[in-house]
Amino acid sequence: MEEKFDAIIVGGGLSGLAAAYTLADAGLEEVLLLERGDYSGAKNVTGGRLYLNPVRELFPDLWKKAPFERFIAHEQVVMMAEDRSVTIDYSGSELAQEPYQSYSIMRAKFDRWFAKQAERKGVQLVTKSRVDDVIMENGKVTGVRAGGDELRTDVVIACDGVLSLTAERAGLRKPGRPVDYAVGYKEIIELPREVIEARFNLEGDEGAARLFMGEVTQGKFGGGFLYTNKESISLGIVVGIKDLMEGETAAPDLLDIFKQRPEIARLIKDGNTAEYSGHAVPEGGLKAMGRLFGDGILVAGDAAGMAMNIGITVRGMEYALASGYYAARAVLKAREKENFSAASLAVYKDMLDQSFVMQDFNSFKDAPQALDNPRFFNQYPKMVGDMMKDIYEIPAGPKKKIYPTMKGYLSFGELWAMAGDMRKVMKI
Amino acid sequence: MSEVLGLKEKLGRNVFKHNEHPHIVIRAGKQSDPRLKKAVYVCPAGLYSINSRGEVELTIDGCLECGTCRLACGPELLDWNYPPGGAGVQFRFG
Repeated sequence: MEEKFDAIIVGGGLSGLAAAYTLADAGLEEVLLLERGDYSGAKNVTGGRLYLNPVRELFPDLWKKAPFERFIAHEQVVMMAEDRSVTIDYSGSELAQEPYQSYSIMRAKFDRWFAKQAERKGVQLVTKSRVDDVIMENGKVTGVRAGGDELRTDVVIACDGVLSLTAERAGLRKPGRPVDYAVGYKEIIELPREVIEARFNLEGDEGAARLFMGEVTQGKFGGGFLYTNKESISLGIVVGIKDLMEGETAAPDLLDIFKQRPEIARLIKDGNTAEYSGHAVPEGGLKAMGRLFGDGILVAGDAAGMAMNIGITVRGMEYALASGYYAARAVLKAREKENFSAASLAVYKDMLDQSFVMQDFNSFKDAPQALDNPRFFNQYPKMVGDMMKDIYEIPAGPKKKIYPTMKGYLSFGELWAMAGDMRKVMKI
Repeated sequence: MSEVLGLKEKLGRNVFKHNEHPHIVIRAGKQSDPRLKKAVYVCPAGLYSINSRGEVELTIDGCLECGTCRLACGPELLDWNYPPGGAGVQFRFG
C-alpha cells in the first residue's frame, strides 16, 4: 500500500517549521516537510528582526538556545532629505531589560536551526524538494507532486511563501497584484564585532535598529533599514512594487545611492559585503489575503499574505510562526473528527480570529491605503529637515524670528493637506 | 570594501547552484510588451534589460528568486517557476 502522510507541509520557512514542529510535538508520526532549498532558510530573507512577545508562549521551549543575533536596545527613525537627516532616537533601560522584545536575526541560520529542532521532534524533513503541483480529487486536495513522486496525505499545509504557487494551484488565490506587495533587498556587510559596537554605541549583545524614510526611496512607498547583527550589518531597502514600476530609478540603484549617503557610508566603512539577497513581501493587509483553507488544505504565513507594514514597524515572521502553529492545531482538531473538509478545517480561521494574528489584521486593515501617500515619503521628511535647519542655523547677520519662520511652512494649503493625511492616519 | 560594488560583483558574493534550464522565461511574443519593461526597474538583481530592438531580455544567472517580476508583470508575460529542488540561490545569511 502506498504511504499516506498525516500532513504534508510545503515549504520549510517559519510557518512551515512552526506547523511541522507543533504537529510532531503533539505526537503525529507521519509529518512530511518539503523544502526546495539545500536546507531550511536557504531561500528565505528577512530585514530583519523578530518580535518575540506575540509568539513566546506558543513555543515555550524553543527560544532559550535560538541563534539570535542581538537584542534590539536602540531604536531610531531617520527622516532623510537630500542633504540632511533628522533622527529620533528611542533607547534606555527599558529596552535593555529581559525579556527582550525583539532580536535581529538571519534566516539561513535561524531556520536551519529551527529545522533541526523540528527533526528532533520527529518531523521528516526532505530538502532539495520542490513541489510541482497539488493532487486534487473531486475538488479536494489529497496530496502533492514533487520531483516525479506522488505523495498522499490527509491535509496539505501551504507554507511556500509570498507567491504561494501551491495555494494558487489549489484555487485558493490568484496571482498577486503589484499594489499589494513590496520588495525588500539587502546586503550583509561584515565588520568586526568591536567595530560594530563602537560605531553604534552598543554594550555586549545589544543591537540597534534604524529605519530611514524620505529621500532613501526617492519619495516612493517604503524605506531603508539597518540592523546590527553580531558580526555584520543588514542594510537594505523595502519599496512598494507598484511605485517601483513607475520607473526613474531601478531598485538596485536605490540601494547603491543609499549606501553612499554620508550618514550610512561611515557606518559600513571597510565592511565586506558577504551576501546580497532579496524577497517580495506581502503588504496588502486584510483586503489582499487569499482564502485560508479549503478541502484538504490550509495556507499559512506569507503564502496567506500575512505580513504587515504599519509605517514604523514591518512585521511578518511572528504571523508566520503563529499561523503555522494554529494551522497545526486546526489539523489536530480535524483529526479528532477524522474530517479534513473545508468545513472541518475552518476551525483554523476561528483560531486565528481569536489570536493576535487576525486581530492585528483587522485593527490595521486601513493601513495600506492610509500609508499609500507620497507625502509621507517626501513632503514630511523634507519639511522636518527644513524646520531643523531654520532652528539651528545662525546666519552671518541677524537671525529671523522662529515662530513666523515655522508658520511659513504651515500655509493654509499645507494645513488642509495635513488634516486630510491625519484623517486617514487616524484609521491606523 | 563595502562601498558600491556593482551588481555583478555583489551577486558574485552569493552561493548559486547551477540549474540546467532557466526557471523564468519571457513568454513567446511578449518580449516587446510594454508591461514587461517594468521588470527592468523592479528586479533587485538587475537581470532584465532592454536591447537595441526595444525588446526585454532576461539573464537568469544571479536570480534571487524574490518573486518581484512575477508580481509586477504577471504569469501571462512570464512563464515563472522556482528552480528545481537543490538548484538556484542558497542564502548563507538571509
